[in-house]
Amino acid sequence: MIGILIVGIIFLFGVVVVQIGKVTDLTAKIRGEETVNRNITNSQAKWLMVFCVVFLVYCVASAWYYKNSMLGYGPHEAASAHGGDIDSLFNVTLFFTGIVFILTHIALFWFTYKYRRQEGRVGKFFSHDNKLEAIWTIVPALVMVYLVTNGLVVWNEVMPDVDPQEEVLEFEATGSQFLWEIRYPGPDGKLGTKNFRLINGGNNPLGQDWTDKKNIDDFHATDIYLPVNQKVRVRITAKDVLHNFYLPHFRLKMDAIPGLPTYFVFTPTKTTEEYREELSKYPEWQVPFDPEDPNGPQRWEMFDYELACAELCGKGHYSMRRIVKVVSQEEYDEWFNAQSSYYVQNIRNTDLDPFKGELLDYEINARSKELLSEFEAALIEDNPSDISINLTNVFFNTGSAELRERSKYELENISKILKEYSDVSIEISGHTDNTGDANANLILSRERANAVINYLVNKGIGSNRLRAVGYGQSQPADTNDTVEGRQANRRIEMKIISQNL
Amino acid sequence: MSEVRTFNEEALIEEQGYDDHFHEHHHEDKYKSSFIFKYIFSLDHKIIARQFLFTGMFWAIIGAGMSIIFRLQLGFPDESLAWLKPMLGRWIMMNEETGVGTLDPQFYYALVTMHGTIIVFFVLTAGLSGTFSNLLIPLQLGARDMASPLLNMMSYWFFFLAGVVMFFSLFLSTGPFSGGWVAYPPLSALPQASSGSGAGMTLWLVSLTLFVVSVLLGGINYITTVLNLRTKGMSLWRMPLTIWAFFVTAIIGLLSFPVLVSGFFLLIADRSLGTSFYLSEIFINGQALDYVGGSPVLYQHLFWFLGHPEVYIIILPAMGIVSEVLSVHARKPIFGYKAMVYSILAIAFLSFIVWAHHMFMSGVNPFISNFFVIFTLIIAVPSAVKVFNWITTLWGGNIRLNSPMLFAIGFVSMFISGGLTGIFLGNSAIDIQLHDTYFVVAHFHIVMGIAAFFGMFAGVYHWFPRMFGRFMNETLGRIHFWMTMIGAYAIFWPMHYLGMAGVPRRYYRFDSFEAFGQFSTMNEFITIAAIITFAAQILFVINFIWSINNGRKMTTKNPWLATTLEWTTPIKAGHGNWPGKIPTVHRWAYDYGKDGQDFIPQIVPLSEKELAEDAH
Repeated sequence: MIGILIVGIIFLFGVVVVQIGKVTDLTAKIRGEETVNRNITNSQAKWLMVFCVVFLVYCVASAWYYKNSMLGYGPHEAASAHGGDIDSLFNVTLFFTGIVFILTHIALFWFTYKYRRQEGRVGKFFSHDNKLEAIWTIVPALVMVYLVTNGLVVWNEVMPDVDPQEEVLEFEATGSQFLWEIRYPGPDGKLGTKNFRLINGGNNPLGQDWTDKKNIDDFHATDIYLPVNQKVRVRITAKDVLHNFYLPHFRLKMDAIPGLPTYFVFTPTKTTEEYREELSKYPEWQVPFDPEDPNGPQRWEMFDYELACAELCGKGHYSMRRIVKVVSQEEYDEWFNAQSSYYVQNIRNTDLDPFKGELLDYEINARSKELLSEFEAALIEDNPSDISINLTNVFFNTGSAELRERSKYELENISKILKEYSDVSIEISGHTDNTGDANANLILSRERANAVINYLVNKGIGSNRLRAVGYGQSQPADTNDTVEGRQANRRIEMKIISQNL
Repeated sequence: MSEVRTFNEEALIEEQGYDDHFHEHHHEDKYKSSFIFKYIFSLDHKIIARQFLFTGMFWAIIGAGMSIIFRLQLGFPDESLAWLKPMLGRWIMMNEETGVGTLDPQFYYALVTMHGTIIVFFVLTAGLSGTFSNLLIPLQLGARDMASPLLNMMSYWFFFLAGVVMFFSLFLSTGPFSGGWVAYPPLSALPQASSGSGAGMTLWLVSLTLFVVSVLLGGINYITTVLNLRTKGMSLWRMPLTIWAFFVTAIIGLLSFPVLVSGFFLLIADRSLGTSFYLSEIFINGQALDYVGGSPVLYQHLFWFLGHPEVYIIILPAMGIVSEVLSVHARKPIFGYKAMVYSILAIAFLSFIVWAHHMFMSGVNPFISNFFVIFTLIIAVPSAVKVFNWITTLWGGNIRLNSPMLFAIGFVSMFISGGLTGIFLGNSAIDIQLHDTYFVVAHFHIVMGIAAFFGMFAGVYHWFPRMFGRFMNETLGRIHFWMTMIGAYAIFWPMHYLGMAGVPRRYYRFDSFEAFGQFSTMNEFITIAAIITFAAQILFVINFIWSINNGRKMTTKNPWLATTLEWTTPIKAGHGNWPGKIPTVHRWAYDYGKDGQDFIPQIVPLSEKELAEDAH
């Protein structure tokens, strides 16, 4: 039905058009072509002048109306250190081109109006003028030289990579159909290597190479957090097709290319909160965020910097949004410390972990801090000897009292503590589970405690400050009915027995 | 009142012309044997020009119609498009409960891609340059036909074939190609990445390869004709600017299109033969692909090595047409003829060394961009010279404000507006922000889309009598002009503000982003303006078709009182263009208002006074 209607309308439209055509041809015949042409020429010339005026007014007025969307004006100020330069370059160019635009349009339409056809006039035979042509070659050339120079100065300030020695915060954005994945380097400040063949949606979305220890502390983030006034280098990569890392508020854009990492260096200069403050001054931002809920938060309160994709990447191209939060250094540190590494959360000690069964630096460091704090906590107790500190990282071969290599970190820590607290004496106690002969267990536990003591003595701790005890299976810490329980029962403990003040 | 001198062209040609014994060869039979060979597989450049024009118009309607559909999506993203279901079928996704139909994003991107491909290649390259190069090169040079009428005919039929393949791809179940008209890999190389990158992309590549064959066959013909078949007296410096423009356009096309095809061949190899020219380290659809070592940026270099000259392939013919139309209807010589020619040559040369300005943000070395910025912004100088010369051509004229002239003036306005925004984008630092935003969309639509269309309209209205022996209706022509002029600015001017606000192009909807979603009123306005402007083009088409048989008849050979040779042939010129001798040329093409005379055709020998002046 609608189809028929549309065809009908087009047909009627055609009929009207043809009739107009016939009528004008007829009037031309009746009134005489000359008169008609003269009238038409005059009216067309007038309309062109009207158009010129209305058009120029419209251009200026619309620019005024949309000034808050223009680069560098109103709430549309750049939020990065280099953004202001780009905005002012834009405005310098706007100034020159605006003048040319207005003058050439006035000339174009005014000449057309003034020199419209009149009976008896012959066009001037004015075919060239070297001086005039030289002027309008040289003047644009000079203006272009000025704009190019300015432009290249800004370009060469904005685009260079960071100096290798320079302290920057680096993070990584990876585009894929249709989302951005964000990776931060963790406390070591270095992003681990990736290999696209290792990508696995379930447990390695970015293809991080776990044999590279720089990957161990790398964490993935949902929102991009950046500390204000900190120089940032974003490493931009893609998994499947081209994407473009686009932060409109920061005047930043760079293609993400599979197989060819790119970068952009910038410094955010306004926190999200500061930007919101700015926006709150403009009426278009003082409206409810949700029109259905007039009492809800206003638009400026809900503002966030956004990351978008600016290179066509398929049917979901328009939806690759992430939020960027620029915060103070303190807030950033707080956020940063609350993040946990992808490796630790998902990979550590699984079959995918190349370091399964080994102690990693972060674990050793964390353990040494933990041990020290447990020790110091016990020390200030009224009765320190009530507190048993489980030495979780002391390991023996099964059924033997021979210390494994990786026990050394824990033992080194104890020796360090004892050297610092040189007035403290401790007891090292060995425990086993209930498998096997109870007597044999008792002996084994004592030998194991002794092995620890010997290690410490070799490190220069006075043997008078150390006492070894074997408890065998007599003091289980957990049930002996499960594997985990028995595992927990096989342990070495440390206890403060005296402190000479 | 000055006398308007009329000239007896036939007598002049008979007296002064050059006898090439054309009609002793009995060509007549070969060209007029039957309807099929006269109108379909014609060797006559005038018929081939019309074939290019009709085909170009067909594609213009399709290409512009597609833009209306995706503008509906952008202007009214929440309105139901269920009424389009009879036409688009399953590309309209129906919500069973509410009955609301939404456009499939996949098809939205297919529409955007096809719109660009069709308008750039089929309409503004073949439809514009193909039509007017074919029509005017032999006629304005005083040649019987193209150097090789056979290649010329093949040029059209390869274009036709390219069109058939592309048209067929619109009906594939996986949809036509949807990765943007630039077809960047890996998106265009991997069917896994987008359903349009399967069979749709294969047909796209086949179609455009056929199209390039067409352009090359045409181009080599235009160049040969211009160099070898100019009539006696027609030195290069006496050629009308139209011919200069078509000539240089053909050279640019001949040098740049093969690079595009080589880029396409590497893409085809990546798609079908497992090579890795453009692909490396790709993980898609849960699978790591075997491609290693390629670079997607290489494709961009090859593509834009054509892609940038392509915009001059589009705009130079329009510039040539406008120069001619402005001069004829202002009754004045084109101002600074030599400067115009040198500008064309300078623009053509520079067009080959600026391609990477499309790639400032593509991951190329920022240092390299310095050179591309400098060369790009140098183009502003010859472009500015052309604009000032056009405006000065109007100064002191005696201007007829008919449809071709209105469109020519509109062209100058569009070229200024769109050209100036190029100065922003060519400066790489500003391009960081504006790249791939609506600012770019506004820029190139105005400067090479609308402006080129205006040049084409000016040409069609101006040479319609030459093609069909009748005039197009003036009133409708003026209505067409005003609706298009106002409509085009209404569509594209506001897009500058979208671009400044950072709104990216090629978005299916904007409301997923706070920063981009605040312009819904403007987008509605743009869509409505687009619909009205499209309706105006329908008006043009109706006027065109109606006028072929019913327009006011041409009663004199030279209705515009122009100086060039195409107006010296009979109203219904047969094959060979001139029934007897071919005209001899004695002067340049722009003797308007000289020595108090309204105009002096090129075939008129120099007067004694002129000879005396020349002797100095």
